[in-house]
Amino acid sequence: MTVATADTPHTAPVALGKPRSKRLRKIRETGVMSLLVFCGLFSAGTTFAIIWVLAAEAIHFFTTAFQMPDGTTVQVTPQEFLTDGQWNPLLGAQKHYGIWPLIVGTLQVTVVAMALALPLGLITAIWLSEYAPAKIRAVLKPVLEVLAGIPTVVFGFFALTVITPGLRLEWWRSANGDPVNPLDVQTYNALGAGIAVGIMCLPIVCSLAEDALRAVPKSLREGAYGLGGTKFDVSVRVVFPAALSGIVAAFLLAIARAVGETMIVALAAGASPVLLSENLLSMFEINHETQTMTGYMVQIFLGDVGHFGPEYASSYAVAATLFVMTLILTVMGHQIRKRFRQVYE
Amino acid sequence: MPMTSEQDNPVSMDVDAKANQPAIHVTAPQAKPAADDETITTAVHLGNFNAWYGEMNALTGINCDLPDKRITAFIGPSGCGKSTLLRWINRMNDLIPIARAEGTCELHGENVLDPTTDVVELRRRVGMVFQKPNPFPKSIYDNITFGPSLHVKLTRSERDELVEKSLRRAALWDEVKDRLRDSALGLSGGQQQRLCIARAVAVQPEVLLMDEPCSALDPRSTAAIEELMMDLRKDYTIVIVTHNMQQAARASDYTAFLFQGELIEFGATDQVFTRPENKQTENYITGRFG
Repeated sequence: MTVATADTPHTAPVALGKPRSKRLRKIRETGVMSLLVFCGLFSAGTTFAIIWVLAAEAIHFFTTAFQMPDGTTVQVTPQEFLTDGQWNPLLGAQKHYGIWPLIVGTLQVTVVAMALALPLGLITAIWLSEYAPAKIRAVLKPVLEVLAGIPTVVFGFFALTVITPGLRLEWWRSANGDPVNPLDVQTYNALGAGIAVGIMCLPIVCSLAEDALRAVPKSLREGAYGLGGTKFDVSVRVVFPAALSGIVAAFLLAIARAVGETMIVALAAGASPVLLSENLLSMFEINHETQTMTGYMVQIFLGDVGHFGPEYASSYAVAATLFVMTLILTVMGHQIRKRFRQVYE
Repeated sequence: MPMTSEQDNPVSMDVDAKANQPAIHVTAPQAKPAADDETITTAVHLGNFNAWYGEMNALTGINCDLPDKRITAFIGPSGCGKSTLLRWINRMNDLIPIARAEGTCELHGENVLDPTTDVVELRRRVGMVFQKPNPFPKSIYDNITFGPSLHVKLTRSERDELVEKSLRRAALWDEVKDRLRDSALGLSGGQQQRLCIARAVAVQPEVLLMDEPCSALDPRSTAAIEELMMDLRKDYTIVIVTHNMQQAARASDYTAFLFQGELIEFGATDQVFTRPENKQTENYITGRFG
């Protein structure tokens, strides 16, 4: 660098060095842009490819007359798929392909899970964000995030070996020699699986809701404290409403996780769909064995059935239904977020 | 309280306030109602007041009496402790775990720093307006009723009345009366700040703390807020922190100059701005540093 003296005044131009090559710059820019475009297209492309496979295979299921080994043919119409109250593609003389029992099974587990995870997760998030001392939060938040990473098969084990026996009061009954199972909880049941899914979703709800609460500007809290609000007033009447869009988003993400949860329900919820055609009220029997959409797909893809029958093809129709359900949830979440979103500054 | 009643009842004067510095009898600036021979009582008394953030000493040995029903401006360079001082008067610094204070800070003779002080009640009596307008993401109406609803139960008609009164007090009623149910976030910056003042006024505080209330506003909105302050000083003790010398000169009765956590000078605004006693004050207000 030139030192300014009487001979070289401050106004003298500073030496800028050799100019960089314009051609190289252009090549680099083009390279970077192609890479970005490729990455963008790749992720969008895989998504569309998955949708395409789902749709094509589902259409294949509905349009094919499957030749059965006993010489009969099976063709399932979309109408039958959506109106039959029984799902029984594997066993028995008369096969049924009505999706509702599987949807109900999924909803049973999801409702139980969310009844546990949403309130508990939200309350924990409010406590962490507004009440907990900084030191405790600094420990608990990472612990929560580690919990979110526990493989779900572990929760499945937990449901099967701890939660369900607990619901069946097995320890108490064996100690007292009482054969009666007061809640009539079966070995595989929606309740136990739902509780396990709820515990699995808890850290997700809690962590995301806490992020949303913490994102509320400090100035709002100060404004509320400045008017004489207690911690509870400030948390519940100012911070919570201001964070609503983020909290709703957290809830919907958790619901989507619960709807799509596979391993826990495959282990703990059982493999016999509810019989809506016989008893509509059976949808409320969460103490009994059930089957979810994901549970059915696991059963099929585990390899007990051939790759060409209607049982196998039906799993794509089930998958497409599941996809539509989660898509609706996502779109709903987007709309709710847009509606409740508050823009600060 | 109207000023005349103070003149009628000289008995109500605070003996402590008279004994303490600064001088009680001061000449008020020309633009303001003459306050020449009026007895002024003390709203907030600070005695040997010290404040820390962790190990950092933010305020040292502050002694001053903020007069009742007057506007006192705190000026000084950034980091001199003005906002800290303000935030101790309503214990807003309780929200900062490492903040602590020693000495005397009294609101009408009651110790503010006492651990047993009910901060909820204290903050009802000492309202605050912040640097950046911070309306709640609720309707204009709900912004006003939020504060009072924390302390009292109000009927529908009482709420309506309170909203109108508070908004009129903040000179905002005519602009928003047709959209009280709309979100407060749709207002302009100046309107939002007046809404925050209306919100603070709605709980009927005794003291109104204003922490650089105009720093995020344009000159017109600033003028509106200053006009509002002159109007509010009939009923409230106003303490304002400002970086704007003209604002302190225009819109305050008393000015305190803080520098590096110490109170350098405190007196009537026209005296501080025209005949500062301290060289540092003079340098600061004439723009030679800070």
